[in-house]
Amino acid sequence: MQRIGVFVCWCGSNIAGTVDVKAVAEALKNEPGVVFSTDYQYMCSQAGQDLIKNAVKEHNLTGIVVCSCSPRMHEATFRKTASAAGLNPYMVEIANIREQCSWVHKEMPLGTQKAIILGKAAVAKVNLNTPLTPGESPVTKRALVIGGGIAGIQTALDIADAGFPVDIVEKKPTIGGKMAQLDKTFPTLDCAACILTPKMVDVAQNENIRIFSYSEVEAVKGFVGNFEVKIKKKARFVDETKCTGCGACIEKCPQKKVPNEFNLGMDTRRAIYIPFAQAVPKVATIDPDYCNMLKNGKCGVCTKFCAAGAIDYKQKDEMIEEKYGAIVVATGFEPISMDKFDEFAYSQSKDVITSLEFERLTNAAGPTAGKLLRPSDGKHPEKIVFVQCVGSRCSACAEKGKEYCSKICCMYTAKHAMLTRDKYPDTEVTVFYIDVRTPGKNFDEFQRRAVEEYGVNYIKGMVGKITPEGDKLKVRGSDLIANKQIKIDADLVVLAAAIEPDKSARPLATMLTASMDTNDFFTEAHPKLRPVESPTAGVFLSGTCQGPKDIPETVSQAGAAASKVIGLLQKDKLVGNPCVASSDQLMCNGCSSCERVCPYGAISYEDKDFPGPNRTTKTRRVAVVNPAVCQGCGACTVACPSGAMDLSGFKNTQIMAEVDAICK
Amino acid sequence: MQKITTEQLIEKAAELMNEGKVASVLGWEKGEFGYDVTPGIFGSVDELKAKFVYGDFSAANLSKYLVKKTEMVQGQALVFLKTERKILIFLKPCDSYSFNQLLTEHRFDREKVYAVGVQCDGMVDIEKVKKIAGDGLLSVDTSGNDVVVKTLYNGDMKIAKADVLAERCVNCKSKKHVAYDELLGETGEVIDSNRFDEVERIEKMTPDERFAFWQNELSKCIRCNACRDACPACTCEKCVFDNPKSGVENKSPANSFEEKLFHIIRAYHVAGRCTDCGECSRVCPQNIPLHLLNRKFIKDINEFYGDYQAGAEVGSRAPLVDYTVNDVEPGEVFDRGDENA
Repeated sequence: MQRIGVFVCWCGSNIAGTVDVKAVAEALKNEPGVVFSTDYQYMCSQAGQDLIKNAVKEHNLTGIVVCSCSPRMHEATFRKTASAAGLNPYMVEIANIREQCSWVHKEMPLGTQKAIILGKAAVAKVNLNTPLTPGESPVTKRALVIGGGIAGIQTALDIADAGFPVDIVEKKPTIGGKMAQLDKTFPTLDCAACILTPKMVDVAQNENIRIFSYSEVEAVKGFVGNFEVKIKKKARFVDETKCTGCGACIEKCPQKKVPNEFNLGMDTRRAIYIPFAQAVPKVATIDPDYCNMLKNGKCGVCTKFCAAGAIDYKQKDEMIEEKYGAIVVATGFEPISMDKFDEFAYSQSKDVITSLEFERLTNAAGPTAGKLLRPSDGKHPEKIVFVQCVGSRCSACAEKGKEYCSKICCMYTAKHAMLTRDKYPDTEVTVFYIDVRTPGKNFDEFQRRAVEEYGVNYIKGMVGKITPEGDKLKVRGSDLIANKQIKIDADLVVLAAAIEPDKSARPLATMLTASMDTNDFFTEAHPKLRPVESPTAGVFLSGTCQGPKDIPETVSQAGAAASKVIGLLQKDKLVGNPCVASSDQLMCNGCSSCERVCPYGAISYEDKDFPGPNRTTKTRRVAVVNPAVCQGCGACTVACPSGAMDLSGFKNTQIMAEVDAICK
Repeated sequence: MQKITTEQLIEKAAELMNEGKVASVLGWEKGEFGYDVTPGIFGSVDELKAKFVYGDFSAANLSKYLVKKTEMVQGQALVFLKTERKILIFLKPCDSYSFNQLLTEHRFDREKVYAVGVQCDGMVDIEKVKKIAGDGLLSVDTSGNDVVVKTLYNGDMKIAKADVLAERCVNCKSKKHVAYDELLGETGEVIDSNRFDEVERIEKMTPDERFAFWQNELSKCIRCNACRDACPACTCEKCVFDNPKSGVENKSPANSFEEKLFHIIRAYHVAGRCTDCGECSRVCPQNIPLHLLNRKFIKDINEFYGDYQAGAEVGSRAPLVDYTVNDVEPGEVFDRGDENA
């Protein structure tokens, strides 16, 4: 028989205002097993905890029930108290008489009655509690960063600086991500490449960092501290160890008509290519969709001109298996497709472009060598219209746009408008906006400068329709402040397209059993207090995969994620959760119900011999739970038809005892 | 009458036995009366000739017996491990669904079984015959579409087979064999039956009426466990009702509510796994329409998650043990419960 102590907390007036705490303590005194029952103003305070510790010693308590706030709040606190008093921490049960009682009831008698019932349930459970000891698991001291944009780069550099090896997996042939495509960065207008490429070089030169470019994560197994990851290194048909990046092959490649994705299809590249001059690794890649040699075996020009002998048409995809202690997701974003926005004539006119295309048009390394020229006829545009919130904050058009604010468009549009007016003062620049949202250090000043110093026309209102007519774009919009319709004959229209998570994020989330929101942004463990951790232990979030962000925010989050990873990797052992499931193999049918509902892949099967009558042995398929992977959710215990699956700390019998206590 | 005859099945079984392909046969065994057919296991052609029968009363679903009959037991002289020979099972269309469901749950080894699909033309419910012919049945035989009954008190009579067809055959869900190695006779199609009509009728009752309905039905229960023992979904190594650890073991109904719990717990345990073979109601000596509980679950699952037939294929992921992003929100399930309250 247990000797149980009951401790009823007032939580100041939080509980005591609606629950007669003395009556609760008195009523629980008579429950089976209870030998001591008391109340106190703040049980979580040092004095309150001392009261518990003293009672444990004085009354030889074997179990504790604390009637207080939610166990999410102070279960850990009281478990530590029990430990300090020499009790097993899992002999503590919390009856939540605050969130589930005093805060939801108004009348004292009702609140008190419910508090007593919740207390009785907790006592009934403690009567069946057994001491539990958590297991330990080792930590693989290596981190994986998925995505090699600025977020992934910063996270990898910070982890590597702390002395831990890091691998970056990047699906493109080079790291750098979206930032590498940008021209200038707000609000200081320094050139994106000038600040990014040194970091890319740092990554390449860091001894602790390996780059798997042109690679994708194929499968993830395991758990925090012990992930096993399969990485597919796609065949680039060029030996990375031999290629010097000289570019001779590219010059000679006869296949010149490949749309250049780095310039968003606004010019062409060869079938063998290096995405941009500062690519890391600076290694050529053959595009198998366009290479004549790979498609029909006729060509081989690049082999002839490669002095290093790096071309290898027979290269195959390679599978790399590696163990990691922590995984950082930094998969980034893509601008949404403009195909569904017919009203803006994106697919009808070459002169309607997205903001990212505008970045390439103004970039010195872009298709026009930095000169702002219309894609259709190469003429200098004299009237430019920028449209903000294309697909953002679009609750009415959910099937084509996004409900959220993409956060970066106000600032980059101001940047585009300002830079255009600065370089080409004869250009008339108009910006249509719903709201201008520029919180951030020096952000609002920046936008005001675009209006006040550079004379950009900001019009509050939305563009309704764009029609190409001749070489002009007829823009029809409304000015909500002047309350009139506006018509502009523009030469170029730039759409600030909403951003969405990269398409690779969803399958990756499934592999990682990390949760996502309805927009496919990764969910953080706590929106305020644990913003860089995923709810799945050992998985961390960096950059726009978690939500729209600008570069400064991305870099700070990347550093935060790195510090969490470092905190994890510097541990030698991780203490597990002892509240895990296990299967009573004598009762297990091996039916696979539990395995199918297990969200963590913790359950496997083995054939096991059982002694039968008359010295026989019966071989049966039975379930085995990996306690290091099990998170104790209990889904399996519900699915198991024979009741063979049970969860330590939340045994079926314990839960039934609680229900019985409540229904009595 | 069945198009496929007892003789055809014996011939097929004998052929497989003589070829050495199978060591024993799971089939139907003659009883004292023509309608008194039970599952049987036959070890030789002579036994088959003496006792095997296939007819309008060969209703038993044999799939479940494979669990014990294909067990991997070592140590004693056991036929299975010593020979490569398999066990032959005859499967009517509805039995084949249970067969697949058991395979999905890894309950027997497919390698050890040779399955012969048998055309089924519907089974006769002896209780319905008794209702018409009264007591003192001397013999019940079928010829063509008629059931010929001889009775002690009411003389001889012919009843149309359609009038005494078992409920599950009236509402037959499928004439299609979903599993077999070989087929005798024809296999048909999945049928768009009216099997949920009765469930709908009960759903439309007020909570009080519904409670009274089940109170009346379930109070007849004598806890003989026949429904559980015949159910092909109830193959647990240790049933919770036999397990002292479960807290519901051999619990006698202390009040009128508890007597319902056995059947309700059982319905929950087979939810999503029940193929609607109807064995529970067929074997119930008290004629409780137990299949309606299971059908209610099937109907709800179909409505919430899209049509799902347990056992239609091996390895299918039943909606209750699977998650897809399109799954119905718990709130919607709750709201619908309110509507029916």
